[in-house]
Amino acid sequence: MNLLIKFSEDFKQNFIDANRWKYILNGLGVTLRVTLFAVLIGIAIGFIVAIIRSTYEKTGKLKILNFFANIYLTVIRGTPVVVQLLIIYFVIFGSVRIDKVLVAVIAFGINSGAYVAEIVRGGIMSIDPGQMEAGRSLGFNYIQTMWHIIIPQAFKNVLPALGNEFIVLLKETSVAGYIALEDLTKGGDIIRSQTYSPFMPLLTVAAIYLAIVMLLSFLLKQLERRLRNSER
Amino acid sequence: MSDNNEKKLLISVDNLTKHFEDLHALNGVSIDIYKGDVVFVVGPSGSGKSTFLRCLNRLEEPTGGTILFEGIDITDKKTDINKHRQKMGMVFQQFNLFPHMTVLKNLTLGPMKLQGKSKAEAEEEAMKLLERVGLADRAKAYPNQLSGGQKQRIAIVRALCMKPDVMLFDEPTSALDPEMVGEVLEVMRELAKENMTMVVVTHEIAFAKEIANRVIFMADGLIEEEGPAAEFFDNPKSERLKQFLAKVL
Repeated sequence: MNLLIKFSEDFKQNFIDANRWKYILNGLGVTLRVTLFAVLIGIAIGFIVAIIRSTYEKTGKLKILNFFANIYLTVIRGTPVVVQLLIIYFVIFGSVRIDKVLVAVIAFGINSGAYVAEIVRGGIMSIDPGQMEAGRSLGFNYIQTMWHIIIPQAFKNVLPALGNEFIVLLKETSVAGYIALEDLTKGGDIIRSQTYSPFMPLLTVAAIYLAIVMLLSFLLKQLERRLRNSER
Repeated sequence: MSDNNEKKLLISVDNLTKHFEDLHALNGVSIDIYKGDVVFVVGPSGSGKSTFLRCLNRLEEPTGGTILFEGIDITDKKTDINKHRQKMGMVFQQFNLFPHMTVLKNLTLGPMKLQGKSKAEAEEEAMKLLERVGLADRAKAYPNQLSGGQKQRIAIVRALCMKPDVMLFDEPTSALDPEMVGEVLEVMRELAKENMTMVVVTHEIAFAKEIANRVIFMADGLIEEEGPAAEFFDNPKSERLKQFLAKVL
């Protein structure tokens, strides 16, 4: 009984008093927005870099672009995402006033793009060269063949790995607090610092991340199944 | 269709060479192919016959020599090869159907995206051709649901949907189970009857004898012997061709 009373008091103090639940809700909104737009940027960068790299590997063309793509991959995958975030906020945008959400979107998007690129490149390279030849023999140019024939098949093959990357990205955005962006994690932490009661806000934050990840995993499985069905 | 003797030159190959690093796959091949010709290319493996065929639409980039297709030098780097490939249908040993699309989508992709046909028009033409190869009922199927013979017949139809002026066949029956070879050859036989210009690389010597009007024997990247089908098989001149025929017939 005592425990229950303590629990409800704790709950009231952390979430009801001073409308502290707003930190959680607003934080969740920020986290989802950052993740969503970072994912879109990541996909765009990832596919472009993957096409450049696989084109170079298969045909020897795009040598210069491939060189820059390699530098991008090495630097992004070789440094911590927090450091990249700090550099983009304090160095690159240091002298301008800019929305922190936008900074986070750019930083996580650029970061995710490097991982997506390697996943997609693997997917493109795994497609039978006969597919490219068939497309070209019909009269499609290289880009058209990529777009209509190679990429759709590669995308289907790498969907599980891509989905995983986005789940990782969602969790990685929790370091956005380093640039004082009030995302979900930061929101919970602000409550903790106000109430000096870490248990409830932090576990709530964890539970919310877990719920989103489980939902995403479920949706991903459904999508995979639907894509696979189309081949039977 | 027409019996006039005036033959129109379709493809003119002159001194074609192809080198892969130290391997010389083609060492100067020259041949003229006329409209309505059914040319079979035979020879031992490694003789360069597939390379020769793949050079005709530049899937393999020739090292030297020229290929005139309908009067245009398609080996010229300035030529838009994509435009000319639309007129050169190609059928592969491994079919290479697009597994993520239905049969119908496989057939209409080229006509719609490259020739600006409407969906309805492209589908109508595709269905007509499907009917002719007896596969109209598989239009909504995916390639994985088809047998090898069906896949190859679809692959032939896919090439035909572009309304090509010549069809290139790269060992079209080599990947098939024996009981499925017949149905593919039947489609090719029909095509030959309709005066489609065909260049066929194959090991089916008996079939070559039946429908080819010209046969080319290749060895070491060169045309060793060439002639009308009847003469070619019944009265081979070169020693190597005699040996080859003795082995395969």
